[in-house]
Amino acid sequence: MTNAPCLPATFNDWFASRGWSVHPHQQEMLAKADVPALMLIAPTGGGKTLAGFLPTLVDLAQTPHEGMHTLYVSPLKALATDIKRNLRTPVDEMGLDIRIEDRTGDTSNFHKKRQRADPPHILLTTPESLALLTSYEDAARTFKGLKRIVVDEIHALAESKRGDQLMLALARLQSLCPDLKRVGLSATVDDPQAIAQLLARHPDPCEILQADPGPKPDIKMLTTSEPPPWAGGGAAYSIPAVIEQIKAHKTTLIFHNTRAQAEIFFHNLWLANEDSLPIGIHHGSLDREQRQKVEAAMVAGQLRAIVCTGSLDLGIDWGDVDLVIQIGAPKNVKRLVQRIGRANHRYNAPSKALLVPANRFEVVECLAALEAVQENDLDGEPRGAGPLDVLCQHILLRAASGPFMADDLFEEMRSVGAYADMTRTEFDDCLNFCATGGYALRAYDQWQRLMQRPDGQWQLRDPRAAAKLRMNAGTIQDSDLLKVRMKRSRGGKPLGEIEEAFAASLSAGDTFLIGGKIVRYEGLREMTVEVSRDKGRKPKVATFSGTKFATSTQLSQRILRLFQQDTWPALPDHTADWLALQRDMSQLPGPDRLLIESFPHNGRHHLCVYGFAGRNAQQTLGLLLTKQMEEAGLAPMGFVATDYATLIWGLDAVTDPTPLFDRATLTEGLDGWLAQNALMKRTFRGVATIAGLIERNQPGQRKSGRQATFSSDILYDTLLKYDPDHLLMRVTRQEAMRGLVDFARIDAMLDRIQDRIDLVTLDRVTPLAAPLFLEVGKVTVTGSADERLLAEEEAALMDAAGLST
Amino acid sequence: MRQVYQPKPVIRLPQHGNRPTNTPMKTVDFSLAGAQLSALGSGALWWRDKDLLCVSDLHLGKSERVARRSGTTLPPYDTQDTLIRLEQDLRATNAQTVVCLGDSFDDLDALEALPEENTAWINRLQAGRRWVWIEGNHDPGPIELPGSHLAELPVPPLTFRHIAKDGKSGEISGHYHPKVRVQTRHRGISRPAFLFDVDRVIMPAYGTFTGGLRSTDKAFETLMRPEAKAIVTGQTPRIVPMNR
Repeated sequence: MTNAPCLPATFNDWFASRGWSVHPHQQEMLAKADVPALMLIAPTGGGKTLAGFLPTLVDLAQTPHEGMHTLYVSPLKALATDIKRNLRTPVDEMGLDIRIEDRTGDTSNFHKKRQRADPPHILLTTPESLALLTSYEDAARTFKGLKRIVVDEIHALAESKRGDQLMLALARLQSLCPDLKRVGLSATVDDPQAIAQLLARHPDPCEILQADPGPKPDIKMLTTSEPPPWAGGGAAYSIPAVIEQIKAHKTTLIFHNTRAQAEIFFHNLWLANEDSLPIGIHHGSLDREQRQKVEAAMVAGQLRAIVCTGSLDLGIDWGDVDLVIQIGAPKNVKRLVQRIGRANHRYNAPSKALLVPANRFEVVECLAALEAVQENDLDGEPRGAGPLDVLCQHILLRAASGPFMADDLFEEMRSVGAYADMTRTEFDDCLNFCATGGYALRAYDQWQRLMQRPDGQWQLRDPRAAAKLRMNAGTIQDSDLLKVRMKRSRGGKPLGEIEEAFAASLSAGDTFLIGGKIVRYEGLREMTVEVSRDKGRKPKVATFSGTKFATSTQLSQRILRLFQQDTWPALPDHTADWLALQRDMSQLPGPDRLLIESFPHNGRHHLCVYGFAGRNAQQTLGLLLTKQMEEAGLAPMGFVATDYATLIWGLDAVTDPTPLFDRATLTEGLDGWLAQNALMKRTFRGVATIAGLIERNQPGQRKSGRQATFSSDILYDTLLKYDPDHLLMRVTRQEAMRGLVDFARIDAMLDRIQDRIDLVTLDRVTPLAAPLFLEVGKVTVTGSADERLLAEEEAALMDAAGLST
Repeated sequence: MRQVYQPKPVIRLPQHGNRPTNTPMKTVDFSLAGAQLSALGSGALWWRDKDLLCVSDLHLGKSERVARRSGTTLPPYDTQDTLIRLEQDLRATNAQTVVCLGDSFDDLDALEALPEENTAWINRLQAGRRWVWIEGNHDPGPIELPGSHLAELPVPPLTFRHIAKDGKSGEISGHYHPKVRVQTRHRGISRPAFLFDVDRVIMPAYGTFTGGLRSTDKAFETLMRPEAKAIVTGQTPRIVPMNR
């Protein structure tokens, strides 16, 4: 392709000087520069970001502009920084007079203040920083003249509350700048229309531009001489094969599902790295400086491999990645496709990827995922209406920026796609909560935050509260993290963060892994964990919550269908034989039936429920079923859950499982028994923090996680008892349907199986159930089993004494 | 190198069904210095011949105190829970004398900060009974509430005091919040427990959310005789060996 019609000569020359041509979708973005809302779907490496900025650069090159012209929002701070660097090159080389700055949590306060007074032409930021920017009284001045907003990686934002927060802020910007044009940039997704609706101002339409998706990826399962272990997630067995792959490629990204697994893998990789290949580690809990160092080395092409997590999921241009390795089953096809796209950033070249199952079951899951990728069968779980806790935070931040009329704000909020169906009652509930804390809490001064003025406008009761509100803005729940640094005498170098609960489990002298280093715990100083370097052999591994994905519904269904095949030529022998043995001894679970196995083992009775509802729902099922088994006098003692099954053990065998799966009883359990559960409390805590009921940050001090937990648990109990219909309790129950509790998937499972429950009673453990015994994360339940066990001990004691009771 | 840190979750299943009030109380009966005593599953001690119910270490207002220190004030639920159980025991025994064996309140501020509904509740429980507050080390006795306030209470052949005194016998005390761990064929079960021998009883803490001291602790070494036994609390109290 040669000269593009609407591209000015400077741009054409620049493209030509680079030996590049303008992609058709970039051209089209330029042609549609005046469309109010436009979403571009392009694979990674498709010049997506430049496509988003081209209209801005062209406009700024042709017409001088006062103040901010384009706002760019990305989910990652690193991405904002990276884009700044990448944009700088064409702008400087074309000699354009364009000021580009970023603004994230890492930007200095001095710069932030200056940016508000004297905004750059292009501001690159994150949803949180944008929400804060709109909360200042001078927001109207900061955004004066704003013409375009570019939301990058909108598919990732659309899945979380961060996206909801962003769209609410966008509505506010649209009121300040009515002609604002919205552009969304997205990776390949299952339902583009759903995301487009979130982007556009409701009920306006949103045009969707599809770039050429490029060739199909070259993706395989990594074959190793040693079969994967029966359980676990470390995939240590694959280290030699992975090292061979690293050697055979220029740069390899090694993705993990959790940070803990990334740390273990990196540690093992390092121990086996006899050729001293330069390998780095990158995840969200590492200190910023550490991460930046790795990023810089990566860009400079100094690293042969990076062990990473979701922190590298999104579009930073990592130069010459020619292989992506996914360790552990991908859990979700869409995310896998996006990760695969990280390899080979050249457009129109296939990405190369390898899947490494971490255990035997994951071999099946990986095969199902491979097939899904080949068929481009992406998974999507609809998100439902916009969450009200985010709306509450928005209302409070709106109040921080100045007084408002409720009617105006309501109309503004309804122009946000996710909140389009919100009723006035729901909005008023939120406003009332922001103003008073809600019925049960209205007596407490700390939650009396808004007041209505005589002219009808709402404002902060105490203007000084604005600073506190800003400190607590944001929807990311980074659960109780403590900073880790080297002890001061050794330089005080920051290393990263660990969870408070993990820190609490450490005592002086314990060693753990962070950033691939083994360190020794020295002590806790204020809110910082102090460590020293250690050559310890057996480090503990820090846990990081929030990254435990459940296998998607669609992938689970694929596995169940795969089970129905007569033979499995695509599976390695060790796994195919395992499945055949299971079929021989018991059954393989099917798509529209529920297989339950009952067998004794180690003097206990076991019940294995193959619900295939994903880890979180299977966990919830464990809680609900043990409760019912207790009521039936079966004395359950504990359970463990994986993505595909829940294994329950107890003193007595289950002979009739059907009543246990009665929908009404299970639902009742959700409202009653589960309401007391720690997961509900944790869900509530997230909601309460976002809605501003709990403040994690106060000027001059940060509340420790435990303090915050303590007060949020008491709040939860109080509301459960006195005001169960409190707004935040309703939001908590809604969230329980997804996420940690995921009751919606139990519901879906019941729909799927109806009354088709197969109980298979055996005299020993089955092949499919066996790996569950090796799972970590067993939950102990106490109840009548303990009473019976104690009675036995008492009888034994009396017996020994020659007495009888 | 697979020492993955895993918090060990324990879920306590709710007791099912409403226990009918007319079934006999489950107790473990034993004698001390000739007095016939009954240990209740709740952690209370019942002396039928004297119509006397003894409870120790209620620690009322504990969560309130913690909350006070972390800056939030809300209704304390542990207090309610403790009072509910006390009310049930009083109804079951219809005790004429109640002895609170010290540390009834987490500290004196906890008493002052107790919501009025809770103090009224305590008053209601006190009505028509003799009520003795023994001084503890946390609270020198809740002066504000009705009842007698004593350093110790002799009711021959027994003496009630907060902290056990070495060398005494016929003594009922609390303070240590004893717990025992019973190794059953499937797992170890740890619970608050009464410790008793021919000289004394050390009572478990009655309050909700109070921590405990393992029976293996040095503190019990000299206090309890080698043949001492434990009675675990729970739905049904049971005699088990006292781990040393």
